[in-house]
Amino acid sequence: MTAASRIQPRAGFMIALLALVLGVLAIMATGMGFISIPPGDVLASLWDGMRGAANSIDPLHQSVILEVRLPRIITAMSVGFGLAVAGTVFQGLLLNPLADPFTLGVSSGAAFGAALALLLGLTFFGPTTLCLMAFIGAALTLFAVITMSGRDGELSPTNLILSGVIVSAILSAGISFIKYMADERVAAIVFWLMGSFVSRTWNDALLTAGTTLCGFGLCLYYARDLNIMSLGNRSARSLGVNTGRTRLILLLTASLISAVCVSVSGIIGFVGLIIPHLMRFIVGPDNRWLLPASGIGGGILLLGADTLTRAVLPHEVPIGVLTALIGGPIFCWIFNRTKSGRHHG
Amino acid sequence: MDSLTYIIRNLHFGYSSTNVLRGIDLTFEPGKLHAIVGPNGSGKSTLLDILAGHRVPASGDVLINNIPISDHTPSALAKLTAIVPQEFDFNFPFTVFDTVLMGRHPHIPRFSRPSDVDIDMVQTALTTMDIAQLANRTLAELSGGEKQRTIFARALVQDTSCLLLDEPTSSMDIRHALSTMTELTRLAHEGRTVIAVLHDLNLAASYCDRIIILDNGQMHKQGSIEETLTPETIQAVFGVTADITRKPQSDNLIISFDSKDHS
Repeated sequence: MTAASRIQPRAGFMIALLALVLGVLAIMATGMGFISIPPGDVLASLWDGMRGAANSIDPLHQSVILEVRLPRIITAMSVGFGLAVAGTVFQGLLLNPLADPFTLGVSSGAAFGAALALLLGLTFFGPTTLCLMAFIGAALTLFAVITMSGRDGELSPTNLILSGVIVSAILSAGISFIKYMADERVAAIVFWLMGSFVSRTWNDALLTAGTTLCGFGLCLYYARDLNIMSLGNRSARSLGVNTGRTRLILLLTASLISAVCVSVSGIIGFVGLIIPHLMRFIVGPDNRWLLPASGIGGGILLLGADTLTRAVLPHEVPIGVLTALIGGPIFCWIFNRTKSGRHHG
Repeated sequence: MDSLTYIIRNLHFGYSSTNVLRGIDLTFEPGKLHAIVGPNGSGKSTLLDILAGHRVPASGDVLINNIPISDHTPSALAKLTAIVPQEFDFNFPFTVFDTVLMGRHPHIPRFSRPSDVDIDMVQTALTTMDIAQLANRTLAELSGGEKQRTIFARALVQDTSCLLLDEPTSSMDIRHALSTMTELTRLAHEGRTVIAVLHDLNLAASYCDRIIILDNGQMHKQGSIEETLTPETIQAVFGVTADITRKPQSDNLIISFDSKDHS
């Protein structure tokens, strides 16, 4: 049996398993919290909500599920999905396993925009101003990075990373300066920077879910090209991949996903860096399997972390901190297991 | 398989201020194994990049079957010419099998699975390049020569009318270098246009039909082995003293060098 035919059913099975875990986790998470709701009622409530039918369960439970918990849960899953997919794309695109959605400075740009909005108390669009400023910051940063690195016509990985590092460094200094200027508002800035899913609305949920899924579809369309581009520019071009165009499309898509995720939830590191690695151990390096696996894995990690901080821990811990605390040890365990597995054949 | 002829007329190319290629006129014909030789920095790899469509010349024409190379889309070009680059990246743990299968990319529609024919071609190429036993290893676990054979196998399954190779045997041991050259001869005899940059003049002399000698961005000489690989030419281009003899049975040229001159 060939290598290809052996790995694909396994990858498909693992993805189905991950999706099942995410589904069960989502239903359990919806039931957990200050008011505990049994999973049966959660399903009944979801069914009612979808049909638009009369409430068959307690109206209080119904509104807790549909108005409070579900938007937050969908936002957390979408952001996890989006950041992990973006991380996978950035690693493949920049030929660098250390790349993540924030390598090109998207997060620094968003943070700068948000910090500025908090410092100046900008509210011209009401409560969405912060989100909008973060997105504008991220978009402008990306534009600057692409303009800087695209001068020779080819967006070479080295140029992109270098431009990203430079722009990030400038913006980080800017953020520090804003914090220094902010006096009593500094707490709000620091809190935003650490990321949170507290009181997310259906608007947030639909925005992140929509962007993430559309972006994911586009990335999946180019997944095979991304595989081939990992062998280097020359090889990819000789195999008929329009490297310049493909790189620009994937770069913009992954950055857009990251920018929307960051502007909705703040900066949540780790997911975009570690989940792709974790999934590469499980389903292999082929992006056609890796992208969906990473997305679902990212959703599981962020939903798990958010549920833990929301419903289990006595106080809410910043989600970015918790993600690394949960995901880190899991990664170490799988990394060790894979290494020893390889030694024993 | 269609036959493919390259015609190059008055080609000029430069990186920013330096001229790398100046006034090159060349024809590459189907059914022939062409060797491009010349000292380091003479423009060999750049010429190969231009033939592959990776670089656009400053002036002059590059025609594939009388159609300008710039009129071909990247995916159309990928069905005509395959390239075996000197360097390639391997950042992710793709297996040898998967890497070779990528050579079928231009032929497999997006979202389709590789057909049995595709898989068979990969298996054949793995056997030809003597890497079938390495099929499930990742590229990072291979030696330099094994990597080179993997990339060569990938170009084989691309099944193109033309192959462009940049020092395809540079990291291989002598047995694999010779079998690779034999494979190139076979591909040329099938009617393909094979163009290889080679440093080993003896390999070029033993296997190739035509030799193109580049020196400092210009065509120094082109023609048959007897016309091109002479002690005078080698002295003029490489600056070394060479002695040329004939192998008694096969009539192949043997080029030997005087090591004392250059110590």
